[in-house]
Amino acid sequence: MKVLRSATAGTLESSDCQVTVEPGEGGIELALESVVISQFGNQIRRVVYETLERMGIVDIKISIVDKGALDCTIRARVEGAVFRANGKTEDLPWGGLIR
Amino acid sequence: MINDNRKRLRRTMMFLNAQKPALIKDPYIYKPDSIILDLEDAVAENQKDVARFSLYHALRSIDYCGIERVVRINALGTPYWREDIRCAVAGGCDAVRIPKAESAEDIRRAEAVVDSAEKEFGRPEGSVLIMAAIESARGVMKALEICEASARLFGIALSGGDYTKDLQTHITGTGIELMGARQNLVIAARAAGVQCFDTVYTDLDDMEGFRRDVETIHLMGFDGKSVINPRQIDIVHEIYTPSKEDVEFAWKVIREIDAKRQSGIGVFTVDGKMIDIAFYDGAKRTIALAKASGMYREEWEC
Repeated sequence: MKVLRSATAGTLESSDCQVTVEPGEGGIELALESVVISQFGNQIRRVVYETLERMGIVDIKISIVDKGALDCTIRARVEGAVFRANGKTEDLPWGGLIR
Repeated sequence: MINDNRKRLRRTMMFLNAQKPALIKDPYIYKPDSIILDLEDAVAENQKDVARFSLYHALRSIDYCGIERVVRINALGTPYWREDIRCAVAGGCDAVRIPKAESAEDIRRAEAVVDSAEKEFGRPEGSVLIMAAIESARGVMKALEICEASARLFGIALSGGDYTKDLQTHITGTGIELMGARQNLVIAARAAGVQCFDTVYTDLDDMEGFRRDVETIHLMGFDGKSVINPRQIDIVHEIYTPSKEDVEFAWKVIREIDAKRQSGIGVFTVDGKMIDIAFYDGAKRTIALAKASGMYREEWEC
C-alpha cells in the first residue's frame, strides 16, 4: 500500500493514541511522543514497524501521540490512518493486511 | 446449524463504544453476561471507518473471559452495515445486533451478509448469531415475523429512545410509554421461542428508578436488560437471582421429573403442587440463573 495523502486516526484520550500519516520522502520516518515512552517506547515502535511492514509500506511520515494505548489499539490506529489516507472504506482485507 | 449459544444466559448486555479503547479494553471485570460493541449511535459519523479497526483488533486481541461479544452494526439504511458485518465476523464476534428492524426481510438481508462473511473468513456455518433491535411502532407490530425470520436469531431487544419518538411521546421514567411495546415484544419472543431484552435506563443518578424498572421487566418475563454503565449490572443480577426457596423447589422438580419419567408417570405433586413435564425447562432455567448468580451446588451438575 501507499500513503497517498495525509490522514489521522485516534484521539488523545487515555488508552488511545493519535496517529497522523503523510506521504513519505523515501523511507519510514517515525515521530513518537508517549506518556510511557521510557517504559514502552521500543515496544510501541516495534508494533508500528511491524504493522507498516505487513501493509507493505516503505515510504511514510508517521507521527504518534500515545496516551497509554495497548498494542491492539496502536495497530488499529496505524491501519485506520493508512486506509483513510487511501480513501478505502469497503471490502477491506480483514485477516489479511489487517490482522 | 442450530447454535447452542442461542439460549445462553443474558441478564445484562452492556453497551460499549467500539471506538473508545479505554472502554473496550477490560469490561469483563464488571462481569456482564454480554457486551455490545457499538458501531452505531455511539460512533460519530466521521469516525465510522476507524471504529471498525478498533473493533476488529479488540475482538482479535482481548480476552473477554467468556463474556458474549455482540456487535451493534449500523442500520440497514446506511452505507456502513455490510462492512460492519464483514469486520465483526472476521474479528470473531459471537453475534451481530441489527438496529431498527422492521420486518423479517430486514433480518434476512443481514443474515445473507453474515452467511457470506462466515464463508469468506472461514468461520463455521451458523456460528455467528443475530439479535434484532425494535425501535419503531412498525417494528413492534412486526415483532413475531422478526422473531421467526432466522434460525440464527436468538432474541429481540426494545430500544426505547427511538421507539418513544416514533410513538410521539418520550421516556418518562414511569414506564407507561413503554407498556404496550414491552408486552408485545415479550409475547412475540416467547411465541417464537427466542429471548427478549429490555431497553436501557439512561438516568444514572436515579438508581431506585432503575431498580423499579428492572423489577417490572423481570416480572413481565424479559430475559434481561441492556445496560449502559457497570453500576447497573449488580442490580440486574440481584433481581434475576432466584430465591433460595425457588431454587430448592426447582431442584426437586428436576429430580422428580427425571425419576418419574423412568417409571412412566407424567403428572405428580412436589410439595403439594401439581407438576408435569411443562415445568422442566423453567426449573432448569432457575438452576442456570442460580449458578450464574453464584448459588452453586455440586449436585446441580445434571
